Amino acid sequence: MAKYLLLKHYRGAPAAVNDVPMDQWRPDEVEAHIRFMNDFAGRLESSGELIDGQALSPDGVWVRSDGEGRPPVTDGPFAETKDLIAGWYVIDVDSYERAIELAGELSAAPGAGGAPIHEWLEVRPFLAEPPTVTQ
Amino acid sequence: MTVDDVELRELVPRVLSVLVRRGADFATAEDAVQEALIRALPAWGDELPADQTGWLITVAWRAFLDMTRSDAARRHRELRLDTEPPAGAIPSADDTLRLYFLCAHPDLTSSSAVALTLRAVGGLTTRQIAQAYLVPERTMAQRISRAKRMVSRAGVDRPGDVRTVMRVLYLVFNEGYSGDVDLAAEAIRLTRHLAALVDDPEVHGLLALMLLHHARRRSRTRSDGSIVPLADQDRSQWDTGLIAEGVDIAQAALARDQLGEYQAQAAIAALHADAPRVEETDWVQIVEWYDELLRFADTPIVRLNRAVAVGEADGAPAGLAALAEVDEHVPRREAVAAYLHEKNGDLELAARLYANAARNAPNLAERDHQTRQAARLNQHLQHR
Repeated sequence: MAKYLLLKHYRGAPAAVNDVPMDQWRPDEVEAHIRFMNDFAGRLESSGELIDGQALSPDGVWVRSDGEGRPPVTDGPFAETKDLIAGWYVIDVDSYERAIELAGELSAAPGAGGAPIHEWLEVRPFLAEPPTVTQ
Repeated sequence: MTVDDVELRELVPRVLSVLVRRGADFATAEDAVQEALIRALPAWGDELPADQTGWLITVAWRAFLDMTRSDAARRHRELRLDTEPPAGAIPSADDTLRLYFLCAHPDLTSSSAVALTLRAVGGLTTRQIAQAYLVPERTMAQRISRAKRMVSRAGVDRPGDVRTVMRVLYLVFNEGYSGDVDLAAEAIRLTRHLAALVDDPEVHGLLALMLLHHARRRSRTRSDGSIVPLADQDRSQWDTGLIAEGVDIAQAALARDQLGEYQAQAAIAALHADAPRVEETDWVQIVEWYDELLRFADTPIVRLNRAVAVGEADGAPAGLAALAEVDEHVPRREAVAAYLHEKNGDLELAARLYANAARNAPNLAERDHQTRQAARLNQHLQHR
């Protein structure tokens, strides 16, 4: 088994094929999308492949230490930040191919006009534990 | 004859308070009570002991001795002798109340006080609490044991008071429901206990507030988790028994003429619960109660909710004027602005604000709800 992160971006991914802001969809299209997302999480769970799924608020700041005895420095949020993560699934699957297959399914969530969004998702393998058998 | 989990947990604070009064340190006593609970379930499976509290005190006391004495041989010898609950085992209301105060110790962070209260007063297991708050069990175990150490060290001389306990119970109630433990129901159970222990109209106000909100719970979300706004809720699903109880408790508390923030919130909840249809809501009185509430808790959230009520009582322009006074950064402000602008007929602005509200929503259910609102208005605008 291998763990993968499926990352969805608010910004920074190449443009989706069906790229319309959600508030411009018809209400029934919004419903269909939400239903698809709920079903997708349910399917992953019942197939025993789901580890975690989370969504992030677009708000965020940069923080760094400013030295001992001083409060950390914060900066932002930056409206122009190129890369903004919206959320993720962590999955535990048999193969790289399976991870790609699941990301493909998620990318095909229905959007405006009832057509699949075909958005770009990022698939990242986790660094694994060292194996027991090395020869 | 069996005992269920909730009945068993009813006995926890009394048992723990006896151990602490006998001189057991809080942290070990709490572990000992958990141990006694674990042993009680199989032992009571066939036959309930006549004196269940006494049984638990005896077993917990043995477990406490077990944990504090290192000489195994002596321990076993003494435990064989120590079969009956010693004299003075009758727990008093003051002891139990003191336990609530300890767990809501002002030096504890909110999350620690909540966890410790659920564990030591509520009798929930660490696993149940961890599941309810969606954190790993090890994390929750650390949080609880740090809280116990802190309370053991500093707590006994300077415990919390009924205010800090109410704040903790309010936080538990607001977490609602996740995992296999219903935190809202648990908060109500503990607040009922507190109300029986201490004669304070604010505690009764808090209990009434919880009952009145709990009564509407089933109608607040659809089966898929989506939000149903108050105006659209199926009021036939409201629990009239809980509402009647909540209204009675609130009225009895208010009659004592020592108003506080929980009573004022309960009064507002009672006015909502009292309207058979949303059109019959007494918004004028609700605004008056928000004005009262502001005297005790002048927070941006109260002002935001008041602006909604003003919008209903005096019309959208008045609501928008009230909203103009509310801090720009309070969560859900854009959602309220969108609602009031829609009510005022400014649909383009409302649609934009709903979309902003969706972007900044604090949870997925609200994000989806605000997105639906934006989509609904935008579709309407396209077709007119």
